[in-house]
Amino acid sequence: FAIVKGDVAVIRMNDPNSKVNTLSVQMQKEMIEVMGEVWADNAVNSAVLISSKPGCFIAGADINMIQACKDAEEVAKLSQEGQKMFEQVEKSPKPIVAAINGSCLGGGLEFAIACQYRVATKSKKTVLGTPEVMLGLLPGAGGTQRLPKMVGLPSAFDMMLTGRNIRADKAKKMGLVDHLVDPLGPGLKSPEERTIDYLEEIAIECARGIANKKIPLRKEKGRMQKIQDYIMSFELVRNQIYKTVHGKVMKQSKGLYPAPLKIIECVKTGVEQGPTAGYLAESQNFGQLAKTTESAALIGLYHGQVACKKNRFGTPEKEVKTLAILGAGLMGAGIAQVTVDKGVHTILKDTALAGLARGEQQVYKGLNDKTKKKSITSFQRDSILSNLTGQLDYKGFEKADMVIEAVFEDINIKHAVLKEVEAVVSPQCIFATNTSALPIKEIAAVSKRPEKVIGMHYFSPVDKMQLLEIITTDKTSKDTTASAVAVGLKQGKVIIVVGDGPGFYTTRCLAPMLAEAVRVLQEGVDPKKLDALTTNFGFPVGAATLADEVGIDVAAHVAEDLGKAFGSRFGGGNVDVLKTMVDLGFKGRKSGKGCYVYQPGSKVKEVNPEIGDILEKFKMAANPAVSSDSDVQYRLVSRFVNEAVLCLQEGILNNPLEGDIGAVFGLGFPPSHGGPFRFVDSFGADKLVEKMRRFEAVYGNQFTPCQLLLDHAKNSSKKFHK
Amino acid sequence: MASMLLNSMRSCSVSHSWAMRFGARSLSATAPLQAQVQTKSKKTLARPGVKNIVLVEGVRTPFLLSGTTYVDLMPHDLARAALQGLLNRTGVPKDAVDYIIYGTVIQEVKTSNVAREAAMGAGFSDKIPAHTVTMACISSNQAMTSAVGLIAAGQCDAVVAGGVEFMSDVPIRHSRKMRKTMLSLNKAKTLGQKLSLIGSIRMAHLSPELPAVAEFSTAETMGHSADRLAAAFGVSRVEQDEFAVRSHSLAKKAQESGLLEDVISFKVPGRDIVSKDNGIRPSSMEQMAKLKPAFIKPHGTVTAANSSFLTDGASAVLIMSEEKALAMGYKPKAYLRDFVYVSQDPKDQLLLGPTYSTPKVLERAGLSMSDIDVFEFHEAFAGQIMANLKAMDSDWFAQTYMGRKSKVGTPSMDKFNLWGGSLSLGHPFGATGCRLVTTVAHRLKKEGGQYGLVAACAAGGQGHAMVIEAYPQ
Repeated sequence: FAIVKGDVAVIRMNDPNSKVNTLSVQMQKEMIEVMGEVWADNAVNSAVLISSKPGCFIAGADINMIQACKDAEEVAKLSQEGQKMFEQVEKSPKPIVAAINGSCLGGGLEFAIACQYRVATKSKKTVLGTPEVMLGLLPGAGGTQRLPKMVGLPSAFDMMLTGRNIRADKAKKMGLVDHLVDPLGPGLKSPEERTIDYLEEIAIECARGIANKKIPLRKEKGRMQKIQDYIMSFELVRNQIYKTVHGKVMKQSKGLYPAPLKIIECVKTGVEQGPTAGYLAESQNFGQLAKTTESAALIGLYHGQVACKKNRFGTPEKEVKTLAILGAGLMGAGIAQVTVDKGVHTILKDTALAGLARGEQQVYKGLNDKTKKKSITSFQRDSILSNLTGQLDYKGFEKADMVIEAVFEDINIKHAVLKEVEAVVSPQCIFATNTSALPIKEIAAVSKRPEKVIGMHYFSPVDKMQLLEIITTDKTSKDTTASAVAVGLKQGKVIIVVGDGPGFYTTRCLAPMLAEAVRVLQEGVDPKKLDALTTNFGFPVGAATLADEVGIDVAAHVAEDLGKAFGSRFGGGNVDVLKTMVDLGFKGRKSGKGCYVYQPGSKVKEVNPEIGDILEKFKMAANPAVSSDSDVQYRLVSRFVNEAVLCLQEGILNNPLEGDIGAVFGLGFPPSHGGPFRFVDSFGADKLVEKMRRFEAVYGNQFTPCQLLLDHAKNSSKKFHK
Repeated sequence: MASMLLNSMRSCSVSHSWAMRFGARSLSATAPLQAQVQTKSKKTLARPGVKNIVLVEGVRTPFLLSGTTYVDLMPHDLARAALQGLLNRTGVPKDAVDYIIYGTVIQEVKTSNVAREAAMGAGFSDKIPAHTVTMACISSNQAMTSAVGLIAAGQCDAVVAGGVEFMSDVPIRHSRKMRKTMLSLNKAKTLGQKLSLIGSIRMAHLSPELPAVAEFSTAETMGHSADRLAAAFGVSRVEQDEFAVRSHSLAKKAQESGLLEDVISFKVPGRDIVSKDNGIRPSSMEQMAKLKPAFIKPHGTVTAANSSFLTDGASAVLIMSEEKALAMGYKPKAYLRDFVYVSQDPKDQLLLGPTYSTPKVLERAGLSMSDIDVFEFHEAFAGQIMANLKAMDSDWFAQTYMGRKSKVGTPSMDKFNLWGGSLSLGHPFGATGCRLVTTVAHRLKKEGGQYGLVAACAAGGQGHAMVIEAYPQ
């Protein structure tokens, strides 16, 4: 903290040990001292609270501080201390203006809304939000009590339950921020520095204005606001809101996440029973939530995500400035979409004009949608698109630093393009192959430069899915890997780097689960029921729907390939079920029919009636001993988890953290469990093994637990995550 | 006034004939001033193998606040008046000109090549080709430098360049949807088709589309950008107001002393004869301080009073090769020497054109800031001028953003826009450039300087600068 005094005291926050400011015990202590000074000094009439860090006001509370607490009581105490401090700020006799530039999240936002006035820059980096729910927590320093008063019940619920970031201009409209300041360009200082100075100058003016009563703190309410307040004064209306919100949360979270429900409870308590009860409920619930497995899982994912946004292979020798993509299909164009807007010259090559046109349109549409949402201007869209070259030949490939192929999944085609590419590119050029199951070794077999060949497995739709699975062979050089990771990071991906093998990590885990899902269908479970069972376990997408999304043909292909590679362990459902579906044209969503029928414009999807006949043909008798709803769920999940652990055992995975991140961000493994490895830790390896042994007795080796899992079962002190 | 005298004194040493002409004035000067007379003799910028190109004459219509006396005209009327003024003043034969170029920004769709319409109306021979250029506030600079290019390349000997802007009437369009319907209506064959098209018109289609005052690439209005620029360079509201007051009072003085001799009288059809700019309004700092910010509210610093106002006006200059001018018996006013165009980030450096163009053009001409006797900078906003002055005085900015070793330095305020500027005289976008160049020529003559510098910023993040050399008398 630095403090500059005049009639307006300026309190500058700058945590010397970190890139961002966080609320820690130390900071609270210093803050109280500084506040004491401000209150004691008679010359000071008002104060401005500002961060010296460009791009960050306060990024939130220190997660480690919360995790370090022994029990719920200790966390609740932390929360109470935070509440107390912000209460003092709120009741400050001298007005305090929060000057916000950069992220103002979680505890940072709670701090800001405790202040009397908020000035924020319109910078793109300025975001306000309460992301606690995404960590399985709630705003525990008065947020659940102050936010509803400030922005109204509906907006407060929206903010706290979704955790989404709110930009400054939207925040102003909501009443979360009182005054906006434009970010500045270069002047006599760098734009970042000067913008902070300017923000401070304006905030000081505001603080002085408030102290002189020239700027009123209570704003004249608009008519709409008055009407809304009037409506909200009825208990009946409020109860209806609680009910609706509760219903929505239950529908979306299946009740698997306690935090949203606790948030509703805290808000309700505060509004209906007054602040004392509200604050008490907030701190108690905060303490309880911090010690839930869900919160631990979500925080684990958060840490994992941060870790997977780093390049552990170092800086590549040569930065990729020109990236060529082969194949303008969904994948190829998707990769182009996430590359072209990062200032990388992107060549998109296809073999047919129609395919190329479709691909380029996809890239254009992606950018144009952003202009419609006003996140970029039409001018930016056009200038981004100028980085994209669509073509049918190999012109300009000699300048490419990396080529990513996204052609059809057929080893012969892959070999052909690899040879074609190597004939035209420079020796330094990296060849990355985007495949979901073909071993990279086999693709690289025809390469003149196998050290330059690497696998980059993207997930569809590329612009939405965060994960990138990078696959290295024994021959792939470290620099090639570093370069691929650097490109992926530039594309905004969360990256796991895994070893080569059939299905690598992600596909390999998914395959046995899908095989089990087919068996479940064959045993007479309706696709809708199957979906319900999986989503109730916490998967965001049901197994049958997932198969449709991936594509039944792809699923069949993968099942067959991996079946050959791994033998009966990957058995279960009959591959012929999938093959028959493909033969009938039921390839999933893309063909309009799969397990379900997809009609454009219609949101309700019905089970494909013709699938019943196929399943009838391949019907298997269900064994009632392992067919309860819960058993079906664990049959699906345990095969997934066992395969994941096996991948770690075999060294395909480098560490359990990447395994968790890959499963959650690539395959939708329930985030509430934090990934297969954290699931084993929290559920108990012994309990899982016990279940698997029961299934093994009925179905055989598909449920045989792997050695590593058995080791963990034997010794309960063994954990994947410390 | 003292500085003006000082400058006229300086001319004594430069040229003997000047001393003779201004002898009376020199004598009236006080003794201490004599001591400061500069004795350094300056070289000419003429270069072997490069044609000397001269400004023969420059005129302009009075610049009026839009919506005043010119309100019922059309742009080509104003341009015509400027051209006729030029014809009258120079007496150039109507077929002796090889080419005519005009600059304009907001185009009247009916007269999109306004140069041609105005030239024919002004009585120039219909055998003289004419084209129109557009480059925002430096459109007529572009017209002039295009003329210089044509002469330098040996394609022409005499070219008329000019600029016009008419803000009293701007093209307001139907909405895109409405236009689409109306165009389809043209093609509709049957009554049924027509009726169904008419039936498809909704209330929302009727809302008109005004010409955007905002930068297309960034959607930011210029005033907003100017305010941010002023803030970036820490230019205070008081500094801006002071500069605006300075501009207005200098303009007032120049107008009253009859220095603005480029202004021609114009009989506006159906109205009176106009012979004076009408936007010059010197006011007190207290009055200036009362105004609320116009763009960034409530804490901005750019107000209506410290910004240039919407103006109607036209200008015209006659540019020739030196031989041609002399052969035709003209006494040229000045040489048009080196010029540059620059461009930079249209978001954060929209109005920094002069900062970028000044050092570049000086380098090209082999001059330094102190060599320049007369500065005429386009005043888009007081804040913009002050920001440019601060940027030109910053080593950090020169090194970080311009890739230069050091700053170029700031012009001396004793030489800067001494007869007012766009803030006070008005700023008809397309016409300002010619006013700047003509003013430099007139001031060089009046003040006895050797070199003048014109610099201007323009929308799109562009800029321009030109070095002008006095013609030996």
